[in-house]
Amino acid sequence: MKNLLDKFLKMDRRYIFFLVALGVIIPLIVPIGLPVDITKPVKDVYDAIDSLPEGSYVIISLDYDPATIPELDPMAYAILRHCFRKNLKVITMTLLPAGPGVAEMATKTCAKLENKKYGEDYVFLGYKVGVSAVILGIGEDIRIPFPQDYYGTSIDDLPMMKGYKNYDDTEIVITISGTNVPASWVAYAHQRYHVNVASGVTAVMAADFYPYLQTGQMVGLIGGLKGAAEYEKLVGVPGKAFVGMDAQSIIHSLIIILIIIGNIAYFIVRKSKKEGVG
Amino acid sequence: MKRELPLFICALMGITMIIQYFIPHPYSIKFYQTVIGWFIIIMTFAFVLGIMSIARVHWNKVSRKQKDWFYSLVALISLSVTLFVGFAFGIERGKPFMLIFEYIQVPMESTMFSLLAFYIASAAFRTFRARTFEATLLLIAAVIVMLGRVPIGYMISSKIPAISGWILDIPNLAAKRGIMIGVGLGSISMGLKIILGVERSWLGTIGGE
Repeated sequence: MKNLLDKFLKMDRRYIFFLVALGVIIPLIVPIGLPVDITKPVKDVYDAIDSLPEGSYVIISLDYDPATIPELDPMAYAILRHCFRKNLKVITMTLLPAGPGVAEMATKTCAKLENKKYGEDYVFLGYKVGVSAVILGIGEDIRIPFPQDYYGTSIDDLPMMKGYKNYDDTEIVITISGTNVPASWVAYAHQRYHVNVASGVTAVMAADFYPYLQTGQMVGLIGGLKGAAEYEKLVGVPGKAFVGMDAQSIIHSLIIILIIIGNIAYFIVRKSKKEGVG
Repeated sequence: MKRELPLFICALMGITMIIQYFIPHPYSIKFYQTVIGWFIIIMTFAFVLGIMSIARVHWNKVSRKQKDWFYSLVALISLSVTLFVGFAFGIERGKPFMLIFEYIQVPMESTMFSLLAFYIASAAFRTFRARTFEATLLLIAAVIVMLGRVPIGYMISSKIPAISGWILDIPNLAAKRGIMIGVGLGSISMGLKIILGVERSWLGTIGGE
């Protein structure tokens, strides 16, 4: 028994990799359709956007790179589509050097799905180096960090941007990121210029931003694929997050089962080793 | 002089910006806006310097045929090709620059990140042991939060997401806030040390000093 458990504890990790692969692939092919409950931090983001009057300016900073696309793209798409459906004026940008491609893809795809016109309903500003300087610059005048949009058109030549100056004209800033950039938005945009900030982050980063929720420095928080699935449900556009929930449920369960079995085996082996020594 | 001048500029700008923050005069605001513009320009040049530096490191590795020089060659070729197609054909969707991004960079980075799931599962099985009281607490908290973050947790019991929320809202928040206050105080202290010239490591080595 002891030898068997010892072997089990030292099993080739490729068996675990195989189980994980099955746990991801099978639910994606045959969806289970597990129910998604709505949590307060996600509902708060939804309500903050949903309560805005038509034509309000919203900044969506897509501060993520290709590595976190599977987790953050679904929430970016759901938020963008929500804003477009509410006929809000959407300004998108990114503060990550590898972000422009991702941000442009998300913005253009959602705008096309909701039949929105560039320059009138939304603009894409692209990337500008210097996180804090860019956030502070927008607080003074968006033309300081972004005199032109991503395509080289002067901001003043875009019909939507006529009359827009800074955070005073902005109802909310939504930052989607797998990094600590949302903390900079809180520190520089919210604290200095008092604009509302909401955030969407990867699951591993979510715990870092709970203090900002409790203080009211963030109006809401979307955490990981689960948060994205909740937002998709609220907006009524079930997408990749909703499908991914089944796979994530199975993988989380698998990891928990592995931890429990690993601990049981470890303690049995340890006990028998002690008895053997005794 | 090579050290004194940067130290003087740093102290002058640091003190000026602190004072400026408390003076809402139009001249002060104009100065602040100009500084932000300059900040972005300097950061852009720092970015270019960073690219030059990384290119030099890899070039040295290739020219001296050091260990794994081939990977450095791949990095240099990738950098050159991406720069060339970006400048030559533009960076809009459908152009070679974006094709490289969509069909090479996106799948590669996503794959690297996805591999985490496999390694986390394996590492959790091998190392996550309830050896001590603290480790047991961590393990229980991790299991509850993991279950609370997926629909299956809600299906098992509606209390699991609630307990998971409590863990994030109370113990996690208390610990994070403590860390954040510590980091904040540390940042202020470091900022003052740099402005006053006590901390000089940012100068690097100038003229062998």
